[in-house]
Amino acid sequence: MKKRLEAMNRPSRPRWAVLGEKMLEGVIRLCGISAIVFVAAILLFVFREAAPILFGDRFHLKQFLLSVEWYPTSVSNVRYGTFALTVGSVSVTALAMVIAVPFGLGAAIFVSEFCGRRMRETLKIVIELLSAIPSVVWGFIGLTVMSKLIVAYTAAPVGVNILNGGVILALMSVPIIVSIGEDALKAVPDSYREAGLALGATRWQLVYRVLLPAAKNGLLAAVLLGVGRAVGETMAVLMATGHAVHIPHGILDSVRTLTANIAAELGEAPVGSDHYRVLFLTGLLLFGITFAVNLTAELVVRGIRRK
Amino acid sequence: MTRASDSTPPRLTLGGCALLAAIIAIPCCGRGPARAGQAQRPGAKVVIQNKGSDTMVNVAQLWAEEYRHVAPEADVEVSGGGSGVGIAALIKGAVDIANASRDMKPEEIEEAKRNNQGQEPKEFVVGHDALAVYVHKSNPLNEISLDSLADIYGEHGTVTRWSQLGVEIPGVRDDRIVRISRQSSSGTYEFFREQVLDQKDFKLGSLDLNGSKEVVELVGATKTAIGYSGMGYDTDAVKMLGLSRDAGGIASAPSVDNVFDKQYPLARSLLIYTLGEPQGAVKMYIDWIMSETGQKILEESGFVPISRRRSTKS
Repeated sequence: MKKRLEAMNRPSRPRWAVLGEKMLEGVIRLCGISAIVFVAAILLFVFREAAPILFGDRFHLKQFLLSVEWYPTSVSNVRYGTFALTVGSVSVTALAMVIAVPFGLGAAIFVSEFCGRRMRETLKIVIELLSAIPSVVWGFIGLTVMSKLIVAYTAAPVGVNILNGGVILALMSVPIIVSIGEDALKAVPDSYREAGLALGATRWQLVYRVLLPAAKNGLLAAVLLGVGRAVGETMAVLMATGHAVHIPHGILDSVRTLTANIAAELGEAPVGSDHYRVLFLTGLLLFGITFAVNLTAELVVRGIRRK
Repeated sequence: MTRASDSTPPRLTLGGCALLAAIIAIPCCGRGPARAGQAQRPGAKVVIQNKGSDTMVNVAQLWAEEYRHVAPEADVEVSGGGSGVGIAALIKGAVDIANASRDMKPEEIEEAKRNNQGQEPKEFVVGHDALAVYVHKSNPLNEISLDSLADIYGEHGTVTRWSQLGVEIPGVRDDRIVRISRQSSSGTYEFFREQVLDQKDFKLGSLDLNGSKEVVELVGATKTAIGYSGMGYDTDAVKMLGLSRDAGGIASAPSVDNVFDKQYPLARSLLIYTLGEPQGAVKMYIDWIMSETGQKILEESGFVPISRRRSTKS
C-alpha cells in the first residue's frame, strides 16, 4: 500500500521512456530464455532425424547399445553397434579425470588459499589462457608431440591411444575445474577460516578439515563440469586416440569415441540414409550421457544451497 | 554459480517469437560469390568448387595453384574429406567438380540425377594410381600376397602377429600387427575392400585415419605397422611392398610401368566427376588437367598419367 502511494506521487515519466524500458526488458527476457529454446530445438531436430530408424523394424536397440560391431558401410552385412564407441568415450574421459582432478583441485586450493595476490592474478590469467587454446591445436599437439613421447617412453607400438587422448583432455578440462573449484572455495565464509586458525589449526589442517568439507559440493560440481567438457570433446580426441573401433585392454590401446565417430562419418553419410539416422541417434546417446552428467552437477550444486 | 529463479515464470512474447524466427532465418538466405556453371558476367571472377578424394587432394591443390597462372579469372577451391564426401557434395549440387579414387555407385548416380533435374554425372579419367601397401623401413618383408593381406585386414582373418607371416622385425618385443586403415568415406578404403577383401568387412580395431599422408606418416613412426595409401605418398621412413595376386605368385612393385602393363594388382583410375557436360570455366579447367602441363603435374606428384606416350615425351 505504501509503495503504491509513493509511485503515485512521483512525477510521471515520458511515455517513450516507459515503452523503451518495457521493450528492453522484453529483449533481456528473450536472451534469458533463448538458451532453453535452443536446447529444446536442437534436441527436437536431432530426435527428428533419428526417429525413423529408432522406430523402424530394421533397427535393434539392444544391438545398437551393446554390440561392438560398427560396420555402417558394409556391403554384405550392415551392423550398427556402438558399445565399443561408448567404452572408448568413457575410458578416455575416465583417464582424463584421473589426471585432471588432482591437478585441478590442487591448483584451485593453491590459488585460493596458499598463494599471494600477485601470484594468484598471474596464475588465473595463465589458466584462462590454457582454456582459450582451440581443441584442434590440442589435437595437433597430441598427434605430433605427445605420440612421439609415448612411443619413446612406453612400450606402446602406436602413440595415438587412450593415454594420449586422456592427457590432452585432462589439459583441456583442468582450467574449468580450477576456476569453478576456486569459486567454491572462495564461497566458504571467512569466519570458518578465522575460527579454524583461532583453534590453532595449521594451514593444511584448515584446508583438509574445514574448507574441503565445507566446499565439497562446489568442488564436486567443478569436477562434473570437467567431465562434461571431456565427454563432449571431438576434434582433439579424433586426432589423438587413433580412431580404432576396439574394446581397449589397457591405456596404451587405441579407441574411437562417440563424438569422433560422428565427426568422421557424418560428412559422407547420404542424407536420410540409415547410416545418417544412426549417427544422429549416436548424437542422442551422447546428449543423454552429457545431460546425465550435467544434471548430476546441477543437483549437487542445489545441494550446496540448501545447506 | 547460478541462482534459482525466484518470482514470475518467463513468458515468451509475440515480438520475441518474431525476433527469434528472424535470427534463425538469417543463415538460410544470402548466397556466396558467382559459382562456375551459373550465368555470370564476362570478366567476373569465377569460383570452381572442387572437393573429394584425399588421395588426390595434393595433386588437386597443385593443379589449382598452377591454373591460377594460366587463367587468373578462375579461382579453384580445393578441399578433401574423401571420395564419398566429394560425391555426396556433387549429389547435393554443392560443388562443380568431385574428385574420386573410386567409381560412383549406380545408386549415387541415380540420386544425383534425381536431385539435379536429370543431369547425369559425367566421369573423366585424369590419371592412374597404384594403391601401395606400406610397412616400416626396418621391416624385412619385401612382398606380400593379396591373400595374406586379406588375412591381416579381413573380418575373419587369422593373422594378427608378424611371426605368423614368418617375419621378425628387429628390436621389437610385441609383434602384434598394427593395422592402419582409412575412414569409411574414403575411396581408398572402398577400393581396398573391393579388391583385397572381396567386399567383405574389415577386422575391427584398425586405426582409421583421415588422410593418405597420415597413413604413411604413422607407418613411418610405427615399426609393427602396415598401411595402404596412394603410391604418390612414399617417403624415406617407409617401404612399399611388392604385391602378388596369390601366395607364391610373382610379386610386382607399384611403379608406373607395372600400372600400364596391368601387372600390379591394385592399380586404379583417378577420376573427376561433373554434373552434366561441363561448361565454360569448368570445361576449360578439365581440358587443362588433361593437357600435357596438367598431366606433368600429376606425374610429379607421384601418380601415373593417362597415357604412356605422354609420360615418355614429357
